Amino acid sequence: MHETKTDAALSSPWSGGTAPFAMGSKKLGMWLFIVSDTLTFSALLITYSYSRLANPDWPRPFPMNPAIIFSTTMTVVLLASSLTMVMAVMAAQRGDRRKTVLWMIATMAGGLLFTGLHLREWVHLITVEHFTITGNPEGTPLFGATFFGITGLHMTHVMIGVIYLGIVATGFGRGKFSAEDVEVNGLYWHFVDLVWMFVFPLIYLMSVKY
Amino acid sequence: MSTHAQAAEVHAGASVGTNVTVWIGLVAITGLEVFLAYEHLQPALMLGLLVTLSVIKAGMITSYFMHLKFEKFQLVLWLIPATIFCICMMLIFFFPDSFRLLQLRR
Repeated sequence: MHETKTDAALSSPWSGGTAPFAMGSKKLGMWLFIVSDTLTFSALLITYSYSRLANPDWPRPFPMNPAIIFSTTMTVVLLASSLTMVMAVMAAQRGDRRKTVLWMIATMAGGLLFTGLHLREWVHLITVEHFTITGNPEGTPLFGATFFGITGLHMTHVMIGVIYLGIVATGFGRGKFSAEDVEVNGLYWHFVDLVWMFVFPLIYLMSVKY
Repeated sequence: MSTHAQAAEVHAGASVGTNVTVWIGLVAITGLEVFLAYEHLQPALMLGLLVTLSVIKAGMITSYFMHLKFEKFQLVLWLIPATIFCICMMLIFFFPDSFRLLQLRR
């Protein structure tokens, strides 16, 4: 039988025409983006960790109430939103459009709640405790720069993630996007959650007020 | 094996129960971290413990929620060692100078 060019291309993983790692280019591209963003946050957190250990006058502005209670709640909320995103991806792979959109809306709600709580934390620190990005009432001014810089960058990622979720949920509900698009969206959301797993202990828990 | 069959093979993932169990584990480790924060440990020791627990949580999220445990092993080999290598390069070139600065400060 005459072998077509497609047959030749698909005959082995090395002859071109197959998906590397058995995944589409969108998913592969998202994984590459995640690796690069991981290195960005790693650089920031490593330099923060050094500053934290090198400065004996590092402020401890986070009492149990409200700072640690709020930030722990934020962590649980973000973890819950990751779980709802997993449910959305599973529903998308089953082809259940209605449930996928509902789970994605729940994920967006988690992201918005996280952002709201975080902004409330920021307002309290700035207006009541007088910690700003350029200085603090006590201790090294590096605290304000690192705290607002790192948490601000993370919060930006969360907001972008919420917008991304809205676009994909709308598109998937209308049949414009596929289950793969929901899965790729999920990868980004889980990455945002993963970064917070490092930010919360290093920034909040290392500076609790006893 | 065709691409479609390969893709179908890697889509088999964890069950709802497993994902919920992983979630409970993540919340439990978070609780442990909050508990440790009030144990009055030396900052360097505290940092080491918190980073270790965070790496465990990151591994759980990456393996189960991000589905990496169920993807082709070549993908894991492609992504993870390179990322760890780059982070180690940051640490190796950063810390000798940082220790020297710490000694100067003292």
